[in-house]
Amino acid sequence: MNLHEYQAKALLAGFNVPVAPGLTITHPAQAADDQLPPTVGGKWVIKAQIHSGARGKAGGVLIAHSPDDVREKAAQLLGKTLVTHQTGPAGLPVHQLLIEPASAIARELYLALTLDRAAQRIVVIASQHGGMDIEQVSNDHPDAIFRLHINPTVGLMGYQARRLAFALNLTDTALKQFPALLRGAYDAFIRHDADLIEINPLAVTAGGDLLAVDAKITLDGNAGYRQKALFAARDVTQEDPTEVAAQASGLNYIALSGEIACMVNGAGLAMATMDLIQSAGGSPANFLDVGGGTSTEKVSAAFKLILANPRVTAILVNIFGGIVRCDLIANGIIAAAHEVGLTLPTVVRLEGTNAAEGRRLLAESGLNLIAENDLAAAAARVVQLSQTSKTPPSQTKGVGA
Amino acid sequence: MSILINQQTRVICQGFTGKQGTFHSEQAIAYGTHFVGGVTPGKGGQRHLDRPVFDTVHDAVRETRATASMIYVPAAFAADAILEAADAGIEVIACITEGIPVLDMLNVKAVLAADYPDVRLVGPNCPGLITPGECKIGIMPGAIHRPGKIGIVSRSGTLTYEAVAQTTAAGLGQSTCVGIGGDPIHGMDFIDCLALFADDPQTHAVIMVGEIGGNAEEEAAHFIQEQFNKPVVAYIAGATAPSGKRMGHAGAVISGGRGSAEDKFRTLAAAGVHIVRDPTTMGRAMAELLGASHV
Repeated sequence: MNLHEYQAKALLAGFNVPVAPGLTITHPAQAADDQLPPTVGGKWVIKAQIHSGARGKAGGVLIAHSPDDVREKAAQLLGKTLVTHQTGPAGLPVHQLLIEPASAIARELYLALTLDRAAQRIVVIASQHGGMDIEQVSNDHPDAIFRLHINPTVGLMGYQARRLAFALNLTDTALKQFPALLRGAYDAFIRHDADLIEINPLAVTAGGDLLAVDAKITLDGNAGYRQKALFAARDVTQEDPTEVAAQASGLNYIALSGEIACMVNGAGLAMATMDLIQSAGGSPANFLDVGGGTSTEKVSAAFKLILANPRVTAILVNIFGGIVRCDLIANGIIAAAHEVGLTLPTVVRLEGTNAAEGRRLLAESGLNLIAENDLAAAAARVVQLSQTSKTPPSQTKGVGA
Repeated sequence: MSILINQQTRVICQGFTGKQGTFHSEQAIAYGTHFVGGVTPGKGGQRHLDRPVFDTVHDAVRETRATASMIYVPAAFAADAILEAADAGIEVIACITEGIPVLDMLNVKAVLAADYPDVRLVGPNCPGLITPGECKIGIMPGAIHRPGKIGIVSRSGTLTYEAVAQTTAAGLGQSTCVGIGGDPIHGMDFIDCLALFADDPQTHAVIMVGEIGGNAEEEAAHFIQEQFNKPVVAYIAGATAPSGKRMGHAGAVISGGRGSAEDKFRTLAAAGVHIVRDPTTMGRAMAELLGASHV
């Protein structure tokens, strides 16, 4: 789960990571003269709160030179939709702004904590090239990136923080401040089940102090049960509405750009099914894992998600029966197909216990359900059906939806 | 022979009396697993599925001499259950539970490495492991398996069943199948399983089923090239997955341009692994490979 910048900074401030005093608003009038954070030069930064980086290039970060200017620019930004290279073409809506005093920055560094799967440790990543995309830095100057791994038994050690501070060429006040800042970020990571804490840039101000100018925090989705307050602050307006609806039904759905929908039990098999559709000459419309229990309710919810996508021309249902009997799964699919009024050609591949009985039920259902037992044949069939059901756009719109 | 488990393996279940634990324990017993009891704190002394229930894993090990455990406790208690099993002397722990926080697993791994280095943890978020005809610890359907000569190791659940069904159909059968799980931090990895398969005379060849994300397949490729002498067929799921999107499993995400299926296929092929890009041909490819090498 992603936090907004203002939420990330509030969390980090609680662990003594230095951040600028900020004001978060949802309406320009909230930026009243007496509410605005004090500045030295009368200059404020107004930052759109969306779940994406590269906001500056997309026009999501503006500078204002007076309180009136703040309110005017806030009015411009609020309600806008920003498109960055991370948001996709649809962009993300701006409902909240963070207003901070503009800071005079001497140096920009990069600091992040995340999971290193290969090392099975939390890794601290730091670089002197702040303010840039770390992947770019990693490509251009691999030697300029410092990494250190943390043993969970003892946590972050003082020597590790000092080594990093010297490696980053920090001096004077910043050198002294760095270990406490890193300790705070690490404690926040552990206490709040983070997946990622990224401070980019971490600035050395003109006055020589460290300051987290931007912050991004992603939390471990599995830890919601013990991070209730943070998960309650989840902003679903920043997420794909279809994916959010899928989660509410216990489904895992990711929209893709193709036209053949698939519904599969198991994440690995779902990816494999997408790959098969592609190699058969089609293009997958989605990833959809219905998980272990394939109840009628779940299958209905899955069909509804699929049918909400107007590009879909055919559906491939691939269920490896496993312990659940295929005749029960077939009945679930038939009931769900009736419930949602399924008319799109749908190939159902059933494998496992009682598969023959399941296929007979599908064939006799009177619905447009085509049973296959061979997965390769099922993929070829759905691609073929998709091509024949493709008609001019004016006619495909709304089919089955 | 087989790896990790066989008909002598004495199995218990943690979370025995819960819905999942009950269902899959029944299945394991019906399969013929040497299933000796289970653990549910507070229900010690009762009987369930005609087996004794214990309050602690230590009690269960003392009374039944169990050496393997399958864990079906909720995610919030799973790290505790894994370490309890390790501390009680269980040698093979299969944690089926999904949704365990990453930090819990980081701590579990650190403790296992320091205090219980010989414990074999399979999972979490996995189907478990099975030695066909002998011992089933997990949620896989027993009926699709046949005793045979192919070792299977996989990050995925139902995709493992594809590999199993295909090798059964090809008349090859399986020595042992291990589902190592889809989480970024987990117990046994490809290399741990390959090392065991290397020393198992029943295993003539291995099917490896990988996914996008991480670099476990690349490390396995290196291991195979350096020191694994049996034929390996590999499939990687997720060639069509876009970068930056998690495909269901927490571990299945292409990030920073790394971990793509294409990278993994290329690295495995360079290591001498027979790669298949069509997941419906894993069994057939293996049959052809073994047929050719046996001529």
